Amino acid sequence: MRALVTFLAARLARALVAVWLVSTVVFVVMRLSGDPVPLLLPPDAPRSEFARVARELGTDRPLPVQYAVFLGHVAQGDFGRSIHFREPAMRVALEYLPATAQLGLTAFVFAVLVAVPAGVVSAVRRNTVVDQVAMGVALVGQSAPTFFLGILFILTLSLRAGLLPTSGRGDWTHIVLPALTLGAFAMASIARLTRSALLEVLRQDYVRTARAKGLREWRVVAKHAFRNAAIPVLTITGLQFGQLFSNTLVTETVFAWPGMGRLAIQSIYNRDYPVVQCVVFLSAVLFVALNFLIELVYGFLDPRIRPR
Amino acid sequence: MASSIPVSVPADAAGLEAARGGRVARRTRQLVAAGAAFVALLTIMAVAAPWLAPHDPVRQSLRARLTAPTLEAADGRAHPLGTDHLGRDVLSRTIWGARVSLLVGFAAVMVGGLVGAGLGILAGYRGGWTDTIIMTMADAQLAFPFILLAIGIIAVLGPSFPTLVVVIGLSGWVDYARVLRSQVLVLRSREFVDAILALGGAVPRIVARHILPNVLSTLVVIATLQLARAIVLEATLSFLGLGIQPPTPSWGGMIQEGREYLDSAWWISIFPGCLLLLTSLVVSRSGDWLRDLLDPTLRSE
Repeated sequence: MRALVTFLAARLARALVAVWLVSTVVFVVMRLSGDPVPLLLPPDAPRSEFARVARELGTDRPLPVQYAVFLGHVAQGDFGRSIHFREPAMRVALEYLPATAQLGLTAFVFAVLVAVPAGVVSAVRRNTVVDQVAMGVALVGQSAPTFFLGILFILTLSLRAGLLPTSGRGDWTHIVLPALTLGAFAMASIARLTRSALLEVLRQDYVRTARAKGLREWRVVAKHAFRNAAIPVLTITGLQFGQLFSNTLVTETVFAWPGMGRLAIQSIYNRDYPVVQCVVFLSAVLFVALNFLIELVYGFLDPRIRPR
Repeated sequence: MASSIPVSVPADAAGLEAARGGRVARRTRQLVAAGAAFVALLTIMAVAAPWLAPHDPVRQSLRARLTAPTLEAADGRAHPLGTDHLGRDVLSRTIWGARVSLLVGFAAVMVGGLVGAGLGILAGYRGGWTDTIIMTMADAQLAFPFILLAIGIIAVLGPSFPTLVVVIGLSGWVDYARVLRSQVLVLRSREFVDAILALGGAVPRIVARHILPNVLSTLVVIATLQLARAIVLEATLSFLGLGIQPPTPSWGGMIQEGREYLDSAWWISIFPGCLLLLTSLVVSRSGDWLRDLLDPTLRSE
């Protein structure tokens, strides 16, 4: 129990350091980008106006003070007002969060539902055509750039075959292609890992014993082998879940999915930096929190992971 | 290989494994050679682009806009891979695009490798506080998606070649640092390092003469895997409009430009995209094969 608490405390500390580093980089980059005041005022505004806005934004104070004030605001989730939406940046970002969460979760569930059975079949039917095709597809899926995969899906399944809509968010058909694109990498990784983990277990003595006892093959695989192969699969699956969210940015842009990633890219084009910073920060916090939760779950699931 | 850390293999299995290992190793060597040949060809294509490309990659030809792959277009020229919305030759642009991909890719790998290897060796050799700080930074970077921050940085600083190289390079330093640190830790505890120190050897010399050659094969493996990642990242950023700016042809930029015409002129996006996909696949697989060949202890799966 003590070991578990130490383990979690160390992980929590690491998560907090990561969030602090992200906000510091956001601050440094913001300062590097130059004076924000001219962005907010017409070029012919009087000097007194410039001074007033600078005082309002705090850019007339020394850098360390600005940094402290910035950290204070970040802690309260205050990133200033969006220049484009004329609303607090945080509120804008949070409005777009549900669409991203929906896409990410769908893609993840989809990836797991396809990848785990595919990996199991590949391992059980090792070196057959099924195995080779599945692993070939997985290899391509693992190295294909997400955005190009999306373009390929749009061209083949949507424009040519006319099966699914190309973009936007509407009924369930709209989410199929983005979810497939976003989940492809996770799907490929999980399928390959499931296969290798299961192959490893199928070599063990207790599997030979189970077979020698005359158990049916599917029972050997399902009861004796798969359960033991599940732990490394679960580990990778958890890591993939976090990784998947960093790809929403590209996927949402390709499919015009109205989520946080697309908001970030559009805010970059609009030079709406408060929103960009807010989205970067919010994603980092969510990602770190997610990873922390996953590690927490492992701590309880697998006692071997706990110490360290 | 000098880098191999002793691995214990059960005695009876060793002979059998070695016989099978010989065949597998030969095949892996052939695959690595094929991968290297592909990269060499691509590099030659990029370097020789001005002579290889049939047309000027930025020359527009309004009469031959959105021409399907043909050998005799409206402007009387051959466009084997078609033309884009401005009548520019897709084949020439794809050939020129290899320049951006490889240049940014190799430069980013150099930046990431120098920073990562330097910090990794430093952390492993010095230990103590130096080690703690460097590894905390590495952990922190792995704890959130760096690509997001990279996009934020490029958005604010504006896209330029140096910014791209530094950002893409730094996004990969952790891999080098972690692996090199652990290898240096093992090497440092070996007697030969103590012996050199006792004989009055200087630390930088030990690192340069004895540690670096020992971790070189590991470095090559990571650099290959990172090259694939850097090329895809550059293409992704160019696709988002945050990479190399038009009219300079880049694969990611071409895919983006062709997106609007996907229905009527698929060739604008698909040809550079397929080459990008092939490059990413071949380079990352070569990294895997190289790892199996040079350093089986690195195998993660």
